[in-house]
Amino acid sequence: MQNYNLTHLEQLESEAIFILRETAAQFERPGLLFSGGKDSIVMAHLAAKAFSPAKIPFPFVHVDTGHNFPETIAFRDSFVKKTGVQLIVGHVQSSIDNGTAVEETGPNASRNALQSVTLLETIEKESLDACLGGGRRDEEKARAKERFFSHRDAFGQWDPKNQRPELWNLFNGRKSQGENFRIFPLSNWTEMDVWQYAKIENIELPNLYFTHEREVVDRNGSLLAVSDFVTPRENESPRQEIVRFRTIGDATCTGAVLSKASNLDEVIVEVAASRVTERGSRADDRRSEAAMEDRKKQGYF
Amino acid sequence: MTDQNNYLDMDLLRFTTAGSVDDGKSTLIGRLFHDTKAIFEDQLEAIERSSKQRGDEHVNLALLTDGLRAEREQGITIDVAYRYFATPKRKFIIADTPGHIQYTRNMVTGASTANLALILVDARNGVVEQTRRHTFIADLLGIKHVAVCINKMDLVDYDEKEYEKVLRQYTDFASRLENVTDLTFIPISALKGDNVVDRSENMQWYKGPPLLYHLENVYVGSDSNHVDARFPVQWVIRPHSDEHHDFRGFSGRVAGGVFKLGDEVTILPSGFSTKISKILKGETEIEEAYHPQSVTILLEDEIDVSRGDMIVKPNNQPKVEQDLDAFICWFSGNKKLSKGSKFIFRHTTKEAQAIVSEIRYKVDVNSLRKMEGVDTFDMNDIGRVSLRISQPIFHDTYRRNRNTGSFILVDPFTNETLAAGMLR
Repeated sequence: MQNYNLTHLEQLESEAIFILRETAAQFERPGLLFSGGKDSIVMAHLAAKAFSPAKIPFPFVHVDTGHNFPETIAFRDSFVKKTGVQLIVGHVQSSIDNGTAVEETGPNASRNALQSVTLLETIEKESLDACLGGGRRDEEKARAKERFFSHRDAFGQWDPKNQRPELWNLFNGRKSQGENFRIFPLSNWTEMDVWQYAKIENIELPNLYFTHEREVVDRNGSLLAVSDFVTPRENESPRQEIVRFRTIGDATCTGAVLSKASNLDEVIVEVAASRVTERGSRADDRRSEAAMEDRKKQGYF
Repeated sequence: MTDQNNYLDMDLLRFTTAGSVDDGKSTLIGRLFHDTKAIFEDQLEAIERSSKQRGDEHVNLALLTDGLRAEREQGITIDVAYRYFATPKRKFIIADTPGHIQYTRNMVTGASTANLALILVDARNGVVEQTRRHTFIADLLGIKHVAVCINKMDLVDYDEKEYEKVLRQYTDFASRLENVTDLTFIPISALKGDNVVDRSENMQWYKGPPLLYHLENVYVGSDSNHVDARFPVQWVIRPHSDEHHDFRGFSGRVAGGVFKLGDEVTILPSGFSTKISKILKGETEIEEAYHPQSVTILLEDEIDVSRGDMIVKPNNQPKVEQDLDAFICWFSGNKKLSKGSKFIFRHTTKEAQAIVSEIRYKVDVNSLRKMEGVDTFDMNDIGRVSLRISQPIFHDTYRRNRNTGSFILVDPFTNETLAAGMLR
């Protein structure tokens, strides 16, 4: 008899495609949160597969902190051009200009938390009723209890103690006026699964993920890239290092890792040997034990 | 790693664990993670820091899974936590659920997607109420593989007689199970590491494999139903482009059986028959599709098909009924179920209305006794009811097919998920 087993990547792919189609079917106006990072690129790739040969039936949404690596924006624009999807950009700068968000001050100021404000404003302006995110449960402990279909009240808040039970393949996306959902098709993926899938599917990723030489400063244990948004302080001495990024987010809080991995095969070997999680290099998660939970309750991704 | 490309044929095992604070569940998961290198240094440092802050004597590995602030403050696990680790052979998804009686709903949720249930028994206490409750729920949710870890063997001097005693207790009560076909007993000490990853030197009398070997090798491939072909239509693809002018593809996830190119199929509810002209996986044409693949099926004839319809084989059709007999688990703390209650009924990709026509009995999950003559279901109650649905439902018994035999009940006013059900 034929062997009807699927590999772990085939099962994860099938599950993610099921969730993407379920989102299209259950919601009137979903959007895919596209940051240009590897998780959102993999999600976009899966979305293209889910609806082929038709176009992806929802727009991409980018919440732009203004603190980007130029490579990310270039990649985003070429990707959007290639797939022909609509791109909606919400600017954190606009929220600051309009007075709905206030720039943090102090030595570790970041626009990371402000993204929630801009995201909620974009959701309202565009009448989005569901936002697909690339969040994975292995990323952070508050995410370990996140649902595939995560309900948000009219204020965009997440109530972790009162989540809807999620059983089998039955997803309850029903909601009242003004409420919306965050949906995470990659919930069951780990960082390793994402790299392996990118490899077998030949998914193109921004070159920031591969080794390059860059000027960095060591700040609170993170290697931050020197840029317009990160300037060395008096006591810091910037230096050239051979690095790559494991995650790409706001340039002010995304740390690089020392690495010579120049392609996906080498990245996979490196991640397998790594003893630190990818978020270990994210200054935004290091603020407190419940930093992620607090941001999520306020409407973060 | 000797083979860098081993991930190309790794498969996946989903298992559920349940347990209370004292039975060593967190220690066991912590050890599996530690020994398979799934705990990272920054995570370990973070929980070491918190343990110290809380004044715990040892590093409290529960802090690894108890991610929510309220859980940390109260020292309890509130919700199902999903955890991941992998060996070169398999990726594992653990649905880690709290063991307190009031969290039956979490156990049911965790078990709904699991292939295997890992049940921990303290060798000193033997089979207790909680052991029976976990086992009953695993069996009710159709889990075929149960691994019973008889833990804390170090505290009974690794004595085979103590192990045998617990094994007999468990086997006695397990004879009443309906779905479990593979029952495996492993004497372990999670704390000392005996028979978790490596074979124990302290229990030479035990001839079976250690737990991790069992988890890596237990065969779950035949658990899925590859006989009854069922394809609930999830989404209709119509590109509206010049290139694909007449394209109409029916997307979904195969819920059972195998669909092959050229197969004759029947569409429910219309009853029309046609043939499969193409099967697509992404952009790639494939010859056959089986559970749990997500694919797009194209048909030879132009037939009206939409979300909620089901593609099946003419000579193997599901039951098509409006009156359903089901086991349900009631989740809501705000609302009770009673005769005449109305709900939204979600089953495969279909949504309908349901009304409770009869409450037959409740099951006491601790004694496993039936309680007849009850009027309502409260939070965490499990029992049997009859439902009347607003339209015919294409289904199989849950025992035959988890995907076409399961449903949820949703509150039409608050949209809360109130209950999970399994068709009889």
